[in-house]
Amino acid sequence: MDYNWNWGVLFEEQYLSWLISGVGWTFSVALSAWVLALLVGVLIGVGRTLPNRPIAFLCTTYVEIFRNVPLLVQLFLWYFVVPEIVPQDMGRWMKRDMPNPEFVTAVIGLGLYTASRVAEQVRAGINAVGKGLVAASYANGFSTAQTYRYVLLPISFRLIVPPMTSEFLTIFKNSSLALTIGLLELTAQSQQIAEYTFQGFEAYTAATIIYVVIALMATVIAQMLEKYTQIPGFVGKA
Amino acid sequence: MGDFDFSVIADNLPFLWQGLQLSLWLTLLAIIGGIVLGTLLALMRLSGLWWLALPAAGYVNLIRSVPLILVIFWFYFLVPLALGRPIGGFYSALIAFVMFEAAYYSEIIRAGIQSIRQGQVHAAQAVGLSYWQTQRYVVLPQAFRNMIPILVTQGIILFQDTSLVFVVSLRDFMTASSIVARTEGRLVEMYIFAALVYFVICFAGSLFVRRLKKASTA
Repeated sequence: MDYNWNWGVLFEEQYLSWLISGVGWTFSVALSAWVLALLVGVLIGVGRTLPNRPIAFLCTTYVEIFRNVPLLVQLFLWYFVVPEIVPQDMGRWMKRDMPNPEFVTAVIGLGLYTASRVAEQVRAGINAVGKGLVAASYANGFSTAQTYRYVLLPISFRLIVPPMTSEFLTIFKNSSLALTIGLLELTAQSQQIAEYTFQGFEAYTAATIIYVVIALMATVIAQMLEKYTQIPGFVGKA
Repeated sequence: MGDFDFSVIADNLPFLWQGLQLSLWLTLLAIIGGIVLGTLLALMRLSGLWWLALPAAGYVNLIRSVPLILVIFWFYFLVPLALGRPIGGFYSALIAFVMFEAAYYSEIIRAGIQSIRQGQVHAAQAVGLSYWQTQRYVVLPQAFRNMIPILVTQGIILFQDTSLVFVVSLRDFMTASSIVARTEGRLVEMYIFAALVYFVICFAGSLFVRRLKKASTA
């Protein structure tokens, strides 16, 4: 192996600032997309369990579509195709005047894709609560809305904390796909440093370490959250 | 929307088919490699020997905390450097996918092995089977039978993941679609077509998994 080591390159002003800006974009995309994914995912997940066939069918369709098309293709659809097929004025606005088009597209694409995965967790959580509790709440005269509000959601949200934290970690990793539409997040910046300096080993190592640190932080936070939200004595199917 | 031109797809069908073949080959080989290496990693972690379990656990956790694109960049950079000569994009990508997916497969396989009751292992040892014989004839056959639906699901995810070779311009189905889209100036048609093709294949796969699951619980 013939390779000139130069770890110092990572701390040269220009490249260090590239890395820092990359981390910034990775966090902004992942966190913004996570908010969107939670909002949409909870709605879709609850929708799939409702005793209303058209709504449940629509929500199932959403999940199947978003889960069975690669995220990369979805990002390209949002970035290249949607501005062409919406009404002309809106398409023109998206192409010319929309602020931060790469960022907005990445957040929407990643958020709606992750929403389908969140929805599956929410649905599994609701199904794990058990038919007995649902029957009991209806027997007490609760409406469907009340059953969800006071019985199903409070329990299932606490049951799905462990799988959701792994989704949270996944969204950080998936945010790297934003580089395909030109957003210079962490992976893109490390690739760019590798190309400029020919110090691929150092550049990719830096990115790898940062991702590992993010994963460790997420795991620690997750464990604290799990301890705080676990339901003592609850034996569910989740 | 009115000037939707489907002839661009028909005209470039042979080129796209070549891309799809590369995607499918990459998926198939990476599944095989990933399961073999994943089984090895799982057995190392469950071996009870810390000098085997620790490196395996470290590797799995490391790979699982970085994005696939970064792993692809790593191996595109490392493989030619380590071998001292370029070996072509396909093999670099294949190695990256095997190394990456093995970490995920090993977690599935580990769970599958752990779901086999300890009594079976004790019984195998009691009749005089060695460690490897126990794994080979008792534990793994049962574990794999239980795991088939999840392994197939992971295979579908892997197929979707192969689209990421786009970042190193390897000509899979995604890259081929993108090349046609750009050279013909038909982004809308090509990306919608690509989405449809991926959807049909993956949805058919997930229906197949559903049947497998029903068959295994029946």
